[in-house]
Amino acid sequence: MTTNQEIIKPENLVYRKPRLLNDTPMHYCPGCGHSVVHKLIAEVIDEMGMQEDAIGISPVGCAVFAYSYIDIDWIEAAHGRAPAIACAAKRLNPGKLVFTYQGDGDLAGIGAAEAIHSLNRGDNIVIIYVNNAIYGMTGGQMAPTTLMGMKTSTCPYGRQASLHGYPLKVTEMAAMMEGTCYVTRQAVSRVAYIRKAKQALRKAFEYSMQGKGSSIVEFVSTCSSGWKMSPEAANQWMEDNMFPYYKLGDLKDKQN
Amino acid sequence: MRGTIVVDTERCKGCNLCVVACPLKIIRLSQRQVNRKGYPFAEQLAPGMCTGCTSCAIVCPDGCISVYRTR
Ligand SMILES: Cc1ncc(C[n+]2csc(CCOP(=O)(O)OP(=O)(O)O)c2C)c(N)n1
Ligand code: SF4
Ligand code: SF4
Ligand code: SF4
Ligand SMILES: [Mg+2]
Repeated sequence: MTTNQEIIKPENLVYRKPRLLNDTPMHYCPGCGHSVVHKLIAEVIDEMGMQEDAIGISPVGCAVFAYSYIDIDWIEAAHGRAPAIACAAKRLNPGKLVFTYQGDGDLAGIGAAEAIHSLNRGDNIVIIYVNNAIYGMTGGQMAPTTLMGMKTSTCPYGRQASLHGYPLKVTEMAAMMEGTCYVTRQAVSRVAYIRKAKQALRKAFEYSMQGKGSSIVEFVSTCSSGWKMSPEAANQWMEDNMFPYYKLGDLKDKQN
Repeated sequence: MRGTIVVDTERCKGCNLCVVACPLKIIRLSQRQVNRKGYPFAEQLAPGMCTGCTSCAIVCPDGCISVYRTR
């Protein structure tokens, strides 16, 4: 029988931490979806050979330090303003791969106007939208995306339509806009979802380099700390409660 | 197919998602030890059974798992 020492050889390596994800420990809570999305971004940019030509715009929110973890160029935007920065970066550097990375509070709350107008203009950027239905960073307040009945620190009895309105579906809105070429909703809680999500991200990046318009890749995600659950229970809660409202799959794909 | 995993135990946050993802259920969190951050870390039980399928490593949010596989 082969021993482990015989298996552990460079030629047998089939998976490792993505090369562009550096050794800085990510500050995210254990099991946070942000970390998985970071891994995918690092993998896809490396596989496309775009390390020297990628510019990410990081948000305000838990992912504010994204620039510390993925070894590409980054600009840190004020809360919600990432698409405006990305629009400028892309217009000044049309040969660069430009994307924003934003949470649901950042994108669907304070930055809704920037996101909508960038998508509508067809800015040739990719908006990576991590929707965990809560303001994770600031302690779990209600977001525009919080589900009906879902409890947060600012709606302790659950979200009610009469008081708080309805959860906003930004991705559905993006699909209706002339400026968008690829609009998709993905998840990262299982191997099969992660594989699909990676392909979606690659497609969005490729379309932006082909000048087809704007893309949004939403990741339905978790916040185990804000939701007050274990990472495992948070993934299950997401699949049971978020997926029926935020349905996975491509909403729009302008192939030509 | 034979495989094995190598866990970066200092990077591991003990989130347990690899434990859930392993189809053979041969990963667990350390029972008595923690890393320098205070997290229990993933360890492989029954290494002879691992197929090197990479499921654990793909779901690991922090990229702590390297997978090796031979035919
Ligand atoms: C102008 C401004 N208003 C408010 C805040 C406080 N703030 C920081 S992060 C955040 C929301 C983050 O939520 P989200 O974008 O969903 O990111 P998550 O942490 O959930 O990934 C808020 C309101 C701020 N930093 N700046
Ligand atoms: S607070 Fe929530 S979103 Fe932020 S790192 Fe922790 S689990 Fe992730
Ligand atoms: S590679 Fe597959 S079989 Fe081996 S420990 Fe990981 S999930 Fe289990
Ligand atoms: S998934 Fe990664 S971080 Fe979580 S317990 Fe397993 S090795 Fe540790
Ligand atoms: Mg959020």
